[in-house]
Amino acid sequence: MEFMGYRRANGKVGVRNHVLVIPSVVCSQGAAEAITRNVKGSVYLPNVFGCAQVGADREQTKRSLAGFGTNPNIYAVLVVGNGCENLSAKEMAEAIQPSGKRVEYIEIQEVGGTKKTISKGRKIVKEMLADAAKVERQPIPVSELILGTECGGSDYTSGLGSNPSVGAASDLLVEAGGTVILSETTELIGAEHLLARRARTPEIGKQVLDLIKWWETEAIKTGQDIRGANPAPGNIEGGITTLEEKSLGCIYKGGTKTLEEVVKYAFPPTKKGLILMDTPGHDIDQLTAMMAGGSQIAVFTTGRGTPTGSPIGPVIKISANAETCKKMKDNIDINVSTVVQGKESVKEAGKRIFDEIVAVASGKLSKAEKLGQRDFCIFKIGLNF
Amino acid sequence: MAQKSKAIVINEKDNVATAIVPLKTGATVSLAAQGRSEKIKLLSTIPMGHKFALAAIPKGMDVIKYGEAIGQTTAPIAKGEHVHVHNVVSHRGRKEGA
Repeated sequence: MEFMGYRRANGKVGVRNHVLVIPSVVCSQGAAEAITRNVKGSVYLPNVFGCAQVGADREQTKRSLAGFGTNPNIYAVLVVGNGCENLSAKEMAEAIQPSGKRVEYIEIQEVGGTKKTISKGRKIVKEMLADAAKVERQPIPVSELILGTECGGSDYTSGLGSNPSVGAASDLLVEAGGTVILSETTELIGAEHLLARRARTPEIGKQVLDLIKWWETEAIKTGQDIRGANPAPGNIEGGITTLEEKSLGCIYKGGTKTLEEVVKYAFPPTKKGLILMDTPGHDIDQLTAMMAGGSQIAVFTTGRGTPTGSPIGPVIKISANAETCKKMKDNIDINVSTVVQGKESVKEAGKRIFDEIVAVASGKLSKAEKLGQRDFCIFKIGLNF
Repeated sequence: MAQKSKAIVINEKDNVATAIVPLKTGATVSLAAQGRSEKIKLLSTIPMGHKFALAAIPKGMDVIKYGEAIGQTTAPIAKGEHVHVHNVVSHRGRKEGA
């Protein structure tokens, strides 16, 4: 099966053709926003980090930002720095360069102020957009897709309807040779044994169990109770009682296939098939990690409703809560309340979701894209100094 | 797969059902569509999406949904009673440890 995508110089395939402006540091975020304002086809990342960071924390910020730059949904990149930050625009541009796309960088201090930076930046972005417009979509096997999966604002319908339906769609994509990323490690707590059992090797299974143990130990070390954050108050109101209950409903999203690999936050998978990426349950930290890891498209199940979208790729919203589908119809792309009501099988709903993934990958806009919802947030793992 | 039931039992091992419509105290819920021939009289009001017990669950026992333990009871729960955060505690992610 094929979709219509953009083949890049490095062989990777995009489902969108954006020009991306990356502020390497929070100080240049305003300029980056101004450069892309009202320039159709350009997007920027609302990055609030990039300075006074050290070690693994700095690396994670760099890897996440660079991952957005190298993502095949992006045609070309302009990095905007201030000039004195410890994650410089030059370093960021060099990290994106190996992808083979055009990458430029400018710095506010060097160019001489915000106004000049905006006008210089807009000129570069418009040039890039003119070149981007010459690239055409072509038929591409769906095996090139890396689908991110996510759930947020969960309620009882997530575990009963939308997550199993997405799981059926995940299975279809894996059967077609594609890749599916399951993440939000904290929301696997209580269900990890089921995933570990499906690992390709005992080592991969052990990685799953070790990850869960790490998160649980970290939570306990803080002297806090993970239950204060997860399940969230809205989850509890929606009928979810415990973390285990939420997790058991959550892992359905990944389908039933063999787990091929475990990757760390914002790292690209090196295998095809079902992949586990280690991320927090925080919706935007997680979406950012999957897109930085090379996901071109994501599916997001919700019970209570959520507006989440990514600056660089479509996020298809799926709900099995009939009331939410009606109440938040500008946010929800696919209604699978039919599954909870017994009017449609999980398999049929899964096929419907799979077909929509192919249509959206081929250019149909997701509702989050139509709304201009561009959430971005890197999982911070260290102090700012 | 026509379904007239107002509640769903996901796995045959489960000791709770999930209400898919709001249910009132005293109402009788038929689980005929779940491959069960049970009728359960509700002892509490069950908001949509919330759970009720399919059988009496003593204090300290596992609550089973999706065929797996989702937590432990902190009080005895009667058949037909609301099962939620007031009478169930998670086994996991607790600061005092599982």
